Amino acid sequence: MLTEEIIVSFQQVEKRFDDEKVLKNISFELEKGKFYTLLGPSGCGKSTILNLIAGFTLPSEGSIYLNGVEAKDTPPNKRKVNTVFQDYALFPHMNVLDNVAFGLKMKKMKKNVIKEKVMAALQLVRLDGFEEREVAEMSGGQRQRVAIARALVNEPDVLLLDEPLSALDLKLRTDMQYELRELQQRLGITFLFVTHDQEEALAMSDEIMVMKEGEIIQTGTPMDIYDEPINRYVADFIGESNIVEARMVEDYVVAFAGKQFACVDGGMNPNEKVDIVIRPEDLVLTDSEEGAIQVTVDSQLFRGVHYEIIGYDSEGNEWMVHSTRKTEPGKQVGLQFEPEDIHIMRLNETEEAFDERIEQFSTGFDSNEESEGVDVNA
Amino acid sequence: MLKQRKALSVPYYLWIALFVIAPVFLLLYQSFQNIDGSFSLANIQTYFTSTVYLTMTLQSFLYAFVITVVALLISYPAAYFLTRAKNKQLWLLVLILPTWINILLKTYAFIGILSQTGAVNQFFEFIGLGTQPLLFTRLGFIIVATYIEIPFMLLPIFNAIDEIDDSMVFASRDLGANEWDTFRSVIFPMSMSGVRSGVQAVFIPSLSLFMLTRLIAGNRVVTLGTAIEQHFLVTQNWGMGSTMGIVLIIIMFVVMFLTGKRRKGGQRG
Repeated sequence: MLTEEIIVSFQQVEKRFDDEKVLKNISFELEKGKFYTLLGPSGCGKSTILNLIAGFTLPSEGSIYLNGVEAKDTPPNKRKVNTVFQDYALFPHMNVLDNVAFGLKMKKMKKNVIKEKVMAALQLVRLDGFEEREVAEMSGGQRQRVAIARALVNEPDVLLLDEPLSALDLKLRTDMQYELRELQQRLGITFLFVTHDQEEALAMSDEIMVMKEGEIIQTGTPMDIYDEPINRYVADFIGESNIVEARMVEDYVVAFAGKQFACVDGGMNPNEKVDIVIRPEDLVLTDSEEGAIQVTVDSQLFRGVHYEIIGYDSEGNEWMVHSTRKTEPGKQVGLQFEPEDIHIMRLNETEEAFDERIEQFSTGFDSNEESEGVDVNA
Repeated sequence: MLKQRKALSVPYYLWIALFVIAPVFLLLYQSFQNIDGSFSLANIQTYFTSTVYLTMTLQSFLYAFVITVVALLISYPAAYFLTRAKNKQLWLLVLILPTWINILLKTYAFIGILSQTGAVNQFFEFIGLGTQPLLFTRLGFIIVATYIEIPFMLLPIFNAIDEIDDSMVFASRDLGANEWDTFRSVIFPMSMSGVRSGVQAVFIPSLSLFMLTRLIAGNRVVTLGTAIEQHFLVTQNWGMGSTMGIVLIIIMFVVMFLTGKRRKGGQRG
């Protein structure tokens, strides 16, 4: 693991436009051959990170290293980085062949070599036979494949993808998620994918960086981030969740909804205020007296795979439950959960402190789950 | 609804019929009449056999060509840098502003500037070149005509370049093109529509400039426009004048065809 090649490295990078800080003290490293995702709402600075790597803009402070070399003086055309743009940015005055061949022509490659590579790239994105097609004659999904082929044909060290799926419809988007992931694993090229869609991020990534207002809030595998969100923001951003204010009575005991519960976290001060997260799918609907907490059902929505049930406990906390069992609005039901389903988040904890505490207090059960997760991805 | 819409289009068709189609047919009709008013092909025969008319046509063509090329060479870089300027709309306005001034006023202003004692010759005198004849020369004609036509070339080119999305430039740079390659392979081809419109907007009027030929070129340059004016107003030979008008229209169509948008991907066949 230690010998992994580091392709991109940000060291205390800061970016200002006029007086506005778009990126604040960003540091991270991208290893060769992994699928990374920058996840965050629009305007959080994730596209700026792509522009910095591609070289369209330079950092105000700090340094960026590409393959271990400070990249400040390398113009975009000399970087071994290619981008798939959000709007694809295909050249409208060229057909598919010329679009894909553009990068190779700029490198002054021989004509027959170019032709060969372009054909291979088009085959890779399953567009063989489309080389003479005009860009305007193609559908959104096909254009996107051309954009990917045009970038990949240059054999970059890193492929940057700027919300490339956002313009596609749901079905196509899901198909492309599989295809992109498969492509990345086959080619072994580092992908840095930018999105505001948590499902996309969870489905494709080896590692997710969650961003907020120019900062990276949490970095981890999809499993880590889903199961152990660092704070309310991440928990809320990654999937549906019940976030409730609570009090840490002592290590392994937390109080909320007027009761005390066993949990698997610790390391806080006694009686410290915390937030707890329980995922809707971890809550089990039971009869009122069997449940750990009692809620009154407020609404029920049929979501296809499950019912989405919203209820309120006696303290007024809202609980969302995903259940295959049906209930009725107005009814008293019980909710059951396991100690390890309760994820505890300290208020304003830094990522380092968080990681350290998790390391110390996570049980064998948790680390098992993590390694399983990696196996599933690999 | 439909009836209303049809009624709304009546003024348009009337306009086209009265001021576009009727005059063209009148020109055609008159060009087939000799000076006595009877039908003949004499005008057309004269036009295509007389060396005077043919050299004049060729000359008009050459002048229009030079004016268009010079205007293009000045306007393209100007438009390109304008799109990258900070207050581009303001600068564009400044360059377009002269079109708001009457052409006669501009022409008389140039008479002042280019004359023996004008500003340009004073400058030449100052740097030791001595007084150069500018007014009533072909060079003077080309300078003034180009000046007048530049805004009509600049505007469509500016719009075409300005419409090109920044992501095109980023994509090109991203794929390994340096700035010159990006200009050559992306910006210039994508702005060709503006160049075509500009060439059309400049070349065709330049064929028939007539006031400038008298005021600036001192009748040293005789273009088709001058000749038409002479035939209608001086020699009263409307038939010959109309024939030349028809020739101008045909040339116009040829230019439109040559600069017209070719089918996409045409260069690959």
